[in-house]
Amino acid sequence: MSVTAPIPELRTEQKPPLYRDVRVLRWVGQLIVLGVVLGFLYYLYSNVITNLESKGLPTGFAFLDGKFGSAIPGIDDAADLTNGGAFIAGFMNTVRVILFGIPACTLLGILIGIARLSDNLAVRSFGTLYVEAFRNIPALVWIFLAYFAISLSVLPRIDDAPTGGGFVISNRGIGIPWLNPDASRMTFGLMLLAGFGVVWLVLRWRRSVNEKTGEHSRGGLYGTLAYLLWIVVAHFVSGEALLLEGSEVGANARNIVGGMTVQVPYFALTLALTLYTASHVAEVVRGAILAIHKGQSEAASAIALTTFQRYRFIILPQAFRIMIPPLANQYLNITKNSSLAVAVSYVEIAAIFSREANNAAPAVQAVIVLMGLYLVFSLSISFVANFFNRRLSLETR
Amino acid sequence: MSQLPPSVQYPEEPVVPDEQAAPKQGATSALAQELREGLFKDAKNTIVTLLFAGIFVYIGTRAYTFIFDNMKLTGDGSLANSWLVIDQNLTAFMVGSEFGRTGIGFPMLWAAIYLTAMTLGFATGPEKGEEVDPMPGRTRASIIGPALLGAVVLMTLTDTFTPKLLMALIPLAFFVGFKGVGLLPEKVMVHKTKILVVLAVLIFLLETGFEPSNVDSFGGLMLTINAAFISIVLCFPIGIVFALLRRSTFGLLRPVAVVYIELIRGVPLISLLFMGEFALGFFLPPDSNPLPSVIRSIFMITLFSAAYVAEIVRGGLQSVPTGQMEAGQAMGLSPLTISRRIILPQALRNSIPALVGQFIALLKDTTLLIIIGQRELLGISAPLLQNAQFRNQGYAPEVYAFVAFMFWIMTFSMSRASQRLETKLGVGTR
Repeated sequence: MSVTAPIPELRTEQKPPLYRDVRVLRWVGQLIVLGVVLGFLYYLYSNVITNLESKGLPTGFAFLDGKFGSAIPGIDDAADLTNGGAFIAGFMNTVRVILFGIPACTLLGILIGIARLSDNLAVRSFGTLYVEAFRNIPALVWIFLAYFAISLSVLPRIDDAPTGGGFVISNRGIGIPWLNPDASRMTFGLMLLAGFGVVWLVLRWRRSVNEKTGEHSRGGLYGTLAYLLWIVVAHFVSGEALLLEGSEVGANARNIVGGMTVQVPYFALTLALTLYTASHVAEVVRGAILAIHKGQSEAASAIALTTFQRYRFIILPQAFRIMIPPLANQYLNITKNSSLAVAVSYVEIAAIFSREANNAAPAVQAVIVLMGLYLVFSLSISFVANFFNRRLSLETR
Repeated sequence: MSQLPPSVQYPEEPVVPDEQAAPKQGATSALAQELREGLFKDAKNTIVTLLFAGIFVYIGTRAYTFIFDNMKLTGDGSLANSWLVIDQNLTAFMVGSEFGRTGIGFPMLWAAIYLTAMTLGFATGPEKGEEVDPMPGRTRASIIGPALLGAVVLMTLTDTFTPKLLMALIPLAFFVGFKGVGLLPEKVMVHKTKILVVLAVLIFLLETGFEPSNVDSFGGLMLTINAAFISIVLCFPIGIVFALLRRSTFGLLRPVAVVYIELIRGVPLISLLFMGEFALGFFLPPDSNPLPSVIRSIFMITLFSAAYVAEIVRGGLQSVPTGQMEAGQAMGLSPLTISRRIILPQALRNSIPALVGQFIALLKDTTLLIIIGQRELLGISAPLLQNAQFRNQGYAPEVYAFVAFMFWIMTFSMSRASQRLETKLGVGTR
C-alpha cells in the first residue's frame, strides 16, 4: 500500500509583500540610483551657474556673438569674425583635413594590408615594418616629427624656393595651381557634386539596357565617360574654371600669391595623420582578409584568376563587408585626431576653442560647443557607415 | 584614442608546415629554400624583391647615418655629435625638469623603480605548481628584445658609471620577483590581487615621496608612465560597471550608460582635457581649492578611457553564451554572484586582446598632455630645444626621434606581451 503525499499547491494566491517583491524592488532601486545621478548632475549644474555668476561671466551662449579677435591663416578678415563664425571656420578647416585624410589613408591602408599578406618576403617585411613603426608611435609624435623635424627643416626658405609650373615649395607654404579665380568656383564645385547624380542616372540606364537586351552594361566605362563629359560642361558653365592659375612667390618675397597655398601645418598634420591611420587601416584590412575563408582564395586560384583579379573580384568585395564597422572606427579616429592640430598651430575647431578660452570666453559653454561640433562629425560618419553596413550586409535568415 | 577594433587580433604569422611538405635537408638548406621561395620565385617576384631591397637599403643607410654618423653645430659654434642633446638632457627626459623641486630625491625614485620591476616579475612569474608552457623563442625575443634595446641605448647615453650600474640591476629585481612567486606558499598566493594593489600603492607613494601632490611636478617619462598607469587602473572598474549597466535590463539606468559611453566616444580626448583644464573648476563647489593640473588630466583621461573599456567589456559580455547565465540561475545563484563568478571572468578573458590594445592607446594618448602644457615625455622636448646650446641648430629630428623610440619600445613590447597572454589564456580556442 503506497502512501501518496499530497501535491503541494504551486501557485498561491497570496502575493509577497511589496518590500519583498523583486519587480518592485528593482524599480525602486533604479529610481533611487537615477535620482542620485540626476541630483548629482543638478548639483554640478548649480555649481556652474553659481561660479559663472560670481566671476561675472555670462551663463548663456551669447558669447558666440562676441568678437573673435585673432588671426586665422588663410582667412583674410578673421579678426572680425564672431566667436561662432570662428568655430565654423575651424569646422571647415577640420573638414579639409578629413577630406584628404580619409581617402588617402584608406588607399594606403589597403595597399599595406595586402602587402602584409604577400607571398614575397621582402614585400611582407616592408608591410610589417611600416605597421609596427607607425602604429606603435603616438600620432602626436608623428605630427611633431612631420612638422618640426621634416617640414620646417627640409622645406627651403621662401627666398630660394624652387618654383615652376605654377608650383612653389617653401617653408611658408606649398603653392599649387588652382581653379581660375575669375570663374565661379562655387558653381563648379556644386556641379562636380551634381555629377555623381548624373553618373547614377547613367548607371541606372545601362543596367536597364543590360536587363532588357542582355548586352554587357559596361557601367565603369560609361560612368567615367559621363563624369568627364559633365566636368567639361561644368567648366564652361562656371566660366572656364579649369584654366588653372599658378602660384608664384609674391613681389616682396614674403608670401605666395595666386593659385592655392597649402599651409605647412596642414601639410604636416595631414601627412602624419594619413600615414598613422593607414597603419591601423592596414591591420583592419589584413584582419578582414584573413577572416575570408581560405577556400575562396583557393577557388579563385583554381579557375586561374591572377592575383589582382583574385583580390579585386573575390577577396576584397567580401572583406569589405567585414571591414566597414572597424573602418568607420578608424575614420572617426582620424577625425578626432585632427584635433591634435592645435599643437602645430593649424587653426581648426580645437585651436579655435583654446584661443577663445584664453580670450575670456566662458569655458563651460565653449567646451559644450566644441564637443557638439565633434559629435556632428561622429554622428554623420556613424550614419554613413550604418547605411553601408545595412546595404552590404549578407541577407541571412 | 585609437582603439583597436576588437575584430582585429594579431594572429601569429601563419606557420607553413615546411617539414612535412619538403624532405628534411638540414636547417640551412630549408632556410635557403624558404628564402628562395619567398624572394625569387619567378621573374616578376625577383624584380619586386629587388625594388623593395632598394627601399630597405635606402632606409638602412639613412638610419645608419642619422644614428652613428651625425654631427651638428652647437650654440657656441663647435661641431659635436648631435645626440649630445639627448645625452645632456637625459635626466630631464626621464623625470622632467621640475623633479629637483619635489624633494623626493633619486634614492627613493630608484627604490620605486626596483619595486616596480619586482612587482612586474611577481605579476608575470609562474606560481607554485603552475605548469609553464614553453614560450617560442621568437615570441620571447620580441618581448624582451625591445626592452633590452632600450636599456642598451639609455646606458650608452648616460655618461657616468653609477646610473649604468643602477640600470643593470633592474633585470635582477625583475628576476627576484619572477622566481620569488614560485617560493610563496599557496596560502599567500590566494591574495595575489590584493598584494599587487598594495604594491602598486606603495610604488606610487615612493615615487611621490609619500606626498601625492608631488605628482604635479612630475615630468618626462615618469609623468607619462604614471598618468597612463593610474588612468588604466582607475578606468577599468568604471568601464566594467558601465558595460554591465548597458547590458542590464534596468530600463531606467541603461540609457544613462548609453548616453555616457556614446557621448565620450564621440568627442576627441583633447576636448575632455580642455574641459579638465579650463572648465572643471566651474563644476566644483564655490571656494573649493583647485586640484593640481596633472590630477585633473588623469581624471579626464580616466573618464575618457572608461567609455572605451566599457564597450570592449560589453563585447566580451556578449560573447558569453546565454546558457552560462541560465546555468547560474538554475543553481539558484543571485544575479550579482552570476555576474561576478560566472559571466565576468569569461567576458574579461575574451576581451583581453582588445583591452591591451586600449591600454596601449591610452599610453600613446598621454602625449596629449603637452597641449594643456604638461611636460611629459613629448612635452619636455620643446623647452629642451629652446636651450641656448641647441636653439635654432636643427636638433628637432634627434629629439623627436628619441621620443618616438621610447614610445615604440613601450608599446611594441606591450602588444607582443598581449599576444603571448592571448595564447596562454586560449582566447578563441576554448
